[in-house]
Amino acid sequence: MYPENFRYTKEHEWVLMEGGIGTIGITDHAQQELGDIVYVDLPKPGTRVEQGRSMGSVESVKAVSDIYSPVSGEVAEINPALADAPEKLNEDPHGAAWLVKIKLSAPGELPDLMSAADYQAYIGAEK
Amino acid sequence: MIRKVRSHPSQNEALLFERSSPGKRAWQLPELDVPAVDASVALGAGNVRAEIPGFPEVSEVEAIRHFTRLSTWNYAIDYGMYPLGSCTMKYNPRINELVARIEGLAWAHPYQPEALAQGAMEVMARLEAALAEITGMDAVTLQPSAGAQGELTGILLIRALLEQRGNPRRKILIPDSAHGTNPATAAIAGYVVENVKSTDAGVLDLEALARAADHPDVAALMVTNPNTLGVFEENIVQAAEILHAKGAMLYMDGANMNALVGIARPGDFGVDVMHLNLHKTFSTPHGGGGPGAGPVAVKKAFEPFLPTPRLKRVRGKWAYDFKRKRSIGRVRAFYGNFGVLVRALAYILAHGGPGLRNATVDAVLNAVYIRKQLELYFDLPYPAPNMHEVVFSDERQAKLGVRTGDLAKRLIDYGFHPYTVSFPLIVHGALMIEPTETEGKLELDQFIDAMISIAKEVETDPEMVKQAPYSTRTSRVDEVAAARKPVLRWKPA
Amino acid sequence: MRYLPKSDSERRQMLDACGVESAEDLFAHLPEAVRLRRPLDLAPGISEYEIVDYFRARAAENANGYASFLGAGVYRHYRPVLVDTVVSRGEFLTSYTPYQAEISQGTLTTIFEFQTMICQLTGMDVANASMYDGSTAVPEAAMMAARITGRHRALAARSVHPEYREVLRTYALHQGMPVEEFGYAKDSGAIDLEDLERRIDSETAAVIVQSPNFFGVIDDVKAAAEIAHRRGALLVVVFTEAVSLGILEPPADADIVAGELQSFAISPSYGGPYAGIIATREKFVRQMPGRLVGQTVDTHGNRAFCLTLSTREQHIRREKATSNICTNQALIALMATVFMTVYGKAGLRELALQNTAKAHYLAGKVSAAFTGKFFNEFVVKCGNPEAVNKALLKTKIIGGLPLGRFYPELADSMLVCATEMTRRADMDELSEALRAPAAEEVLA
Repeated sequence: MYPENFRYTKEHEWVLMEGGIGTIGITDHAQQELGDIVYVDLPKPGTRVEQGRSMGSVESVKAVSDIYSPVSGEVAEINPALADAPEKLNEDPHGAAWLVKIKLSAPGELPDLMSAADYQAYIGAEK
Repeated sequence: MIRKVRSHPSQNEALLFERSSPGKRAWQLPELDVPAVDASVALGAGNVRAEIPGFPEVSEVEAIRHFTRLSTWNYAIDYGMYPLGSCTMKYNPRINELVARIEGLAWAHPYQPEALAQGAMEVMARLEAALAEITGMDAVTLQPSAGAQGELTGILLIRALLEQRGNPRRKILIPDSAHGTNPATAAIAGYVVENVKSTDAGVLDLEALARAADHPDVAALMVTNPNTLGVFEENIVQAAEILHAKGAMLYMDGANMNALVGIARPGDFGVDVMHLNLHKTFSTPHGGGGPGAGPVAVKKAFEPFLPTPRLKRVRGKWAYDFKRKRSIGRVRAFYGNFGVLVRALAYILAHGGPGLRNATVDAVLNAVYIRKQLELYFDLPYPAPNMHEVVFSDERQAKLGVRTGDLAKRLIDYGFHPYTVSFPLIVHGALMIEPTETEGKLELDQFIDAMISIAKEVETDPEMVKQAPYSTRTSRVDEVAAARKPVLRWKPA
Repeated sequence: MRYLPKSDSERRQMLDACGVESAEDLFAHLPEAVRLRRPLDLAPGISEYEIVDYFRARAAENANGYASFLGAGVYRHYRPVLVDTVVSRGEFLTSYTPYQAEISQGTLTTIFEFQTMICQLTGMDVANASMYDGSTAVPEAAMMAARITGRHRALAARSVHPEYREVLRTYALHQGMPVEEFGYAKDSGAIDLEDLERRIDSETAAVIVQSPNFFGVIDDVKAAAEIAHRRGALLVVVFTEAVSLGILEPPADADIVAGELQSFAISPSYGGPYAGIIATREKFVRQMPGRLVGQTVDTHGNRAFCLTLSTREQHIRREKATSNICTNQALIALMATVFMTVYGKAGLRELALQNTAKAHYLAGKVSAAFTGKFFNEFVVKCGNPEAVNKALLKTKIIGGLPLGRFYPELADSMLVCATEMTRRADMDELSEALRAPAAEEVLA
């Protein structure tokens, strides 16, 4: 369920490292908690982001959740599909509904994040 | 099953624009007693518009039918109880509507000479005095247009006093049980918000407060009392002392004043600044979402900072004082929602001192009565004595997959408006119920029976409850589609 | 008490069910220190008839049977009788905010119609379900412009209603939003474009103008838009006299329109309650404050309406909300909706033309101080406006607003307004008074 090659945050984001680029999304657990997603607010390409700071938000009808960047760097690309079809985030949060790609400024930040097994345990404990 | 709904005689009333056709009219103006003008000449050719595209054209009969039909699609207090927590949906006395429409009041222009506005000024002065007495405070401003604006005014007053004392400070403390306007207001006033956790009993945690307040940056604590659980903050006096010892202020959101009028006065238990909601405690009609009025009551120290102008007596007459150097300024044009103020004063005159206290007693009796009957069927997360409202959780029903929102929708089939769903946030799956004093025993018993019946339905047929309501003109509306692809106006095909 | 529907025996039954001896026991858990142990110092309750007497007596102490030439943001217009008929229905008057869509389709549908008509009137793409009033719609528009542009200064014309500008200052102060003003041209009464050009800079989020402006002058919105947009700022256009939109070109160059609907069958009522609006372009909709009603379907596919985009609002986004506003002026907006329905396309135009005719008749007799074209109000130079008004009161006429209190440089002038309700005889009387000796007294 939770891809082994992703790393996870306590705020329910995942990040996949490829070279110096981190692809970021929210987890399946997060989209379930939010319910039907109606809007995704993403930063513009070129924006500088900092690990642990909010870079956008995800909205359902009744709730808004900040998206906290798991890494520091610059926004290289944002997912164009979500503007017209935010519901993709409910359907495929770990695949087609990635949110942003960040060009990392500090690769050393990665060890702070959780493995798939740790994340699974973390959300199990939350319940 | 108890049924109170009425049928809808007109299921398919179209929008005004869909009923329009050119040349239909509902208006007639008198003939001009001055020469007509050529608009292009008088206003400038480039300034004259073409006709307003799509604007309705209907006859008077169609107009009255349209709005009458639409009105039958609404629930209203005139039909039955609204058990909405913290909304205080009490009876809207009709005498208030009559007096607000008296010509000399309804047609008064805010800039008419003071000598010709003495009646309006007397009404405002009398209301200020009554609200000061009810709240135990020293001065009242009637300027804010609604509760949220009253809150903003109140926080700005605190900022102004602290600024005068040398440091406006940066933070406002807000309990995690607070209404959403509280943190929104603090942010607009330029403060940073810090949450203070409640105790396991759902009230202010004095230790947490003392720790949080022990910081020179804290300007104030915003509380609601009784809190959003309907529970009186028994440590409010100590809380005020903790704050005052640090030079910080206690702000009270007056949304729950319906539990206190004539019983306890915020000014007596340490509150420095508070706002009132005239459309809650003081019976002015909600009208589908507004208008309201949010007067702010303050202790003496804040009086110089109140919004301008203030009323004063000059040679036996009312006058306005505009020369107030330390005032925070205006929060709106003119003097306030005067028409709403008239209604609130009429309410106070009708009840009088003893009457207002009796209303409070009945409000609390009604809520405690509901609690006693329903706590056998719904989980009561906080067992402390409740006042004018009671908060249950959907924990028992959630085990069978039915949430508070579903229960609320099923309540509609029994002829009631839902209670407040999912608030306060400190209760998971909250059901917040406030009957108010203007509900009789029959209505309360019908409500209680309906809730009990629904609790039983959850056990035997949870799916049925989850798809409710069934008896309304529309079934559940798709809020998700409305938010994903917003359509916010009619357009011609 | 007639609003408390319980008999003593019912109270007794309920107290028994609660397991308490007396109602006072319900409060026993409150700390003694907080208890009020004396009766409230308020007179006992009175009957309906006495309440009416009280307010009739207060009404009699206000102006009664006076003709009035006051405008300045609050206008005398006929109120079609249908307006009160509709809003007095209990289903509209005593209903709650339409959070439960299934049982609020009446309110939601009328708000959707209202939003549509405001768009049609103003030429904007989207309008909200109303703000408290015009004066608070202005800072809301300014804050919206700040959110959109990421800039933080506001630049307001002096010809915007003075009290609106005061409210803007109060709000802006705490948003870290400096407010500067630019002037008006002494001859035309329209905005001073050179002054605007001088003062606008790369930090300006919003340029705020009003048209017709406080002096009644139809202002140069197009030119203001050109300057604002060239410098990357948004243009906020304010209106206080909604009837003007019946005949005047709407502000199509505006990014945000902030207005007051009091002219649409909302009683002057000594200053409130009124209803403001914010209308804007499609692309800015998520930055709008206030309630919005959207169209959707129910589970059977039938058209239905609901509150939407609620995540902008205080109850969800809390400290990150676009505003702290909770209310919309639903009942007041409904009055405006009924008014717009009764007058409709042709009627609103005819109403606006009558206003134009009346005011221009008056201007023909007294002569406007500014050369700019105006709708239904204008400035008259008259030496000592207070003295003129004092004389007029003797003939039961309330004259125009002496401008000295807001514009010291115009202390010798008053702002007069004539609407479809203004009678020719009263205008003749006013023009006589403005020609009389009292008018020529020079201020000491």
